[in-house]
Amino acid sequence: MNIDQIDEGTPPPVIDPGPDKIIGPGHTYASVTNEITGVIFQPLKKTPKVWFKAFVVSFALMQLLLIAATWLFIKGVGIWGIVIPVAWGFAIVNFVWWIGIGHAGTLISAILLLLKQDWRTSINRFSEAMTLFAVACAGMFPVLHLGRPWLAYWLLPYPNSMWVWPQPRSPLVWDVFAVSTYATVSLLFWYTGLVPDLATLRDKAKTKWQQVVFGIFALGWRGSARHWSRYQMAYILLAGLATPLVVSVHTVVSFDFAVAIMPGWHTTIFPPYFVAGAIYSGFAMVLTLMIPVRRWFHLEDLMTMRHVEACAKVMLGTGLIVAYGYLMEAFMAWYSGDVYERFMYWNRMTGPYGWSYVMLIMCNIAIPQLLWIRKVRLNVFAVWMLSLVVNVGMWLERFVIVVTSLHRDYLPSSWGMYYPTKWDWATYIGTIGFFLTMMWLFVRFLPAISIFEVREVLHHEGGGHAHAPVPEPVPAGD
Amino acid sequence: MAEFADPEQLLHAARSAYAAGYRRMDAYAPMPVDGLAEAIGFRRNFVSPMVLAGGICGACGGFGLVYWISCIAYPFNVAGRPMNSWPAYIPITFECTVLIAALTAVVGMFAMNGLPLPYHPVFNVPGFARASTDRFFLCIEADDPKFDREGAKAFLYELSPIGVAEVEK
Repeated sequence: MNIDQIDEGTPPPVIDPGPDKIIGPGHTYASVTNEITGVIFQPLKKTPKVWFKAFVVSFALMQLLLIAATWLFIKGVGIWGIVIPVAWGFAIVNFVWWIGIGHAGTLISAILLLLKQDWRTSINRFSEAMTLFAVACAGMFPVLHLGRPWLAYWLLPYPNSMWVWPQPRSPLVWDVFAVSTYATVSLLFWYTGLVPDLATLRDKAKTKWQQVVFGIFALGWRGSARHWSRYQMAYILLAGLATPLVVSVHTVVSFDFAVAIMPGWHTTIFPPYFVAGAIYSGFAMVLTLMIPVRRWFHLEDLMTMRHVEACAKVMLGTGLIVAYGYLMEAFMAWYSGDVYERFMYWNRMTGPYGWSYVMLIMCNIAIPQLLWIRKVRLNVFAVWMLSLVVNVGMWLERFVIVVTSLHRDYLPSSWGMYYPTKWDWATYIGTIGFFLTMMWLFVRFLPAISIFEVREVLHHEGGGHAHAPVPEPVPAGD
Repeated sequence: MAEFADPEQLLHAARSAYAAGYRRMDAYAPMPVDGLAEAIGFRRNFVSPMVLAGGICGACGGFGLVYWISCIAYPFNVAGRPMNSWPAYIPITFECTVLIAALTAVVGMFAMNGLPLPYHPVFNVPGFARASTDRFFLCIEADDPKFDREGAKAFLYELSPIGVAEVEK
């Protein structure tokens, strides 16, 4: 029997049910499955043209990354704009930016699961994938920015003939453990969530090789109740582990700065402020990607306005926490009475990089306040533009933190200026290309929405199937 | 094996079967159903203690690694801090805890489920492909002490399923 000829499986017309519902009307278990798997099983030629255009652009940008990285390995980090005193430039800014973006995925998957927020189900798979690719981009920078990248393995504690070991009191070494753990756990979480859906894809596969590939990665999953029980337990535990992990990873990243004694860096507000900032930029990236994807693949009745609005609200909330962070930095710089702290902040606002500070306040604090207005939150284009503004703003935040603190610190004779070169930009834009390429591939060839979780939501909302009258339990003894 | 269209029907069926004395059975669903595992008699979920053990190993291992590096293998005077400057070891210890616990959770869960297992007799049942989409199945296994081919079949028919099929080995 052709599994697609099932009548109940015909998806209802795609209607966004508006900001109150998380799933469109008229769905059954089969129809949600068909809608989501339809994206994957449509013939290659029928893929929406806009996906091809986006893929070509991203792939071209990814080639830019390859060229930039190759030239870097040939010539060394001198091709970048780093100088004394600003010896840490775009590499660290981009590293923190990408890791921050990754955190929203884990938050949506793990933390919202623990808080039993049903609205996470349509976007969690998508954002977990975003996390994975963002962490992959982030992980490139610590290796690229080494003076001798072929010795990158020295960051790891391994027995060697020189009898040396990494220094575990350094946040840079903590970063190695934190980011590696985060990458591994994100991969595990994402893959574990995929297994039941890969089983669905295996069972609906149209060609032999599709069946084999999906079958291998589905590990033979058959939906046994015993397996589901253990699976649920493992999934909840992973969520419980991933939640403190998210907080700890970005805290450790903030320690890269906070543990140093630079004015503008050595402040205890950094860990919570960085974590909130990470969630802020992460949700912005989720919106930046989700809004086009739901339009291209007609998924508006599964990724509804409720999801868009919820993400917008989280953005607003974390944006306010970030604003508090800026306020505290400014206040503490003044309140400390320390001439270096006070100068650092004055220079940040009015010095040669003052333009970046103004743009930062505009992009991160001023403009996103528009999200207080409900009409703005429900306007998909406005939310998308605001998400781009926040992405830029969060990048500027890391730029301001790194460059303005480094370029004028304690000793005026050491002051200097930092000018990024075209290779800095090429590497950065190249990683954006890599990230987008991976995202578009994921969205086309794997279920971007967690099918079994949507079935669960459908079940809780009372839909799923026309209910046959439930029979009485048969008494024991025949 | 009986096929149903609804998780509630499957749940009732499973409870009826358990009440009727069947113990070796399994239920198949395209999504987790609350109460289904208990209805077929599964109560021994060992994933949590395993993950706890994994986490403890990770914590001890992580701290042990860092302690060994800093105090035994490559002691280093950094700004006069004691060799065993344990507050500085907490981030790495924490990360190792989470890493090993997460690996235990995933690998252990799949291992306890007996996966990967590419072949299983239930895949031969016509219509089982819908078990991963929108159908719910209850299977009474042949090594159940109460099993009797015709009796089990009749019992399953009494539960008003969409269909009953035999699972060949």
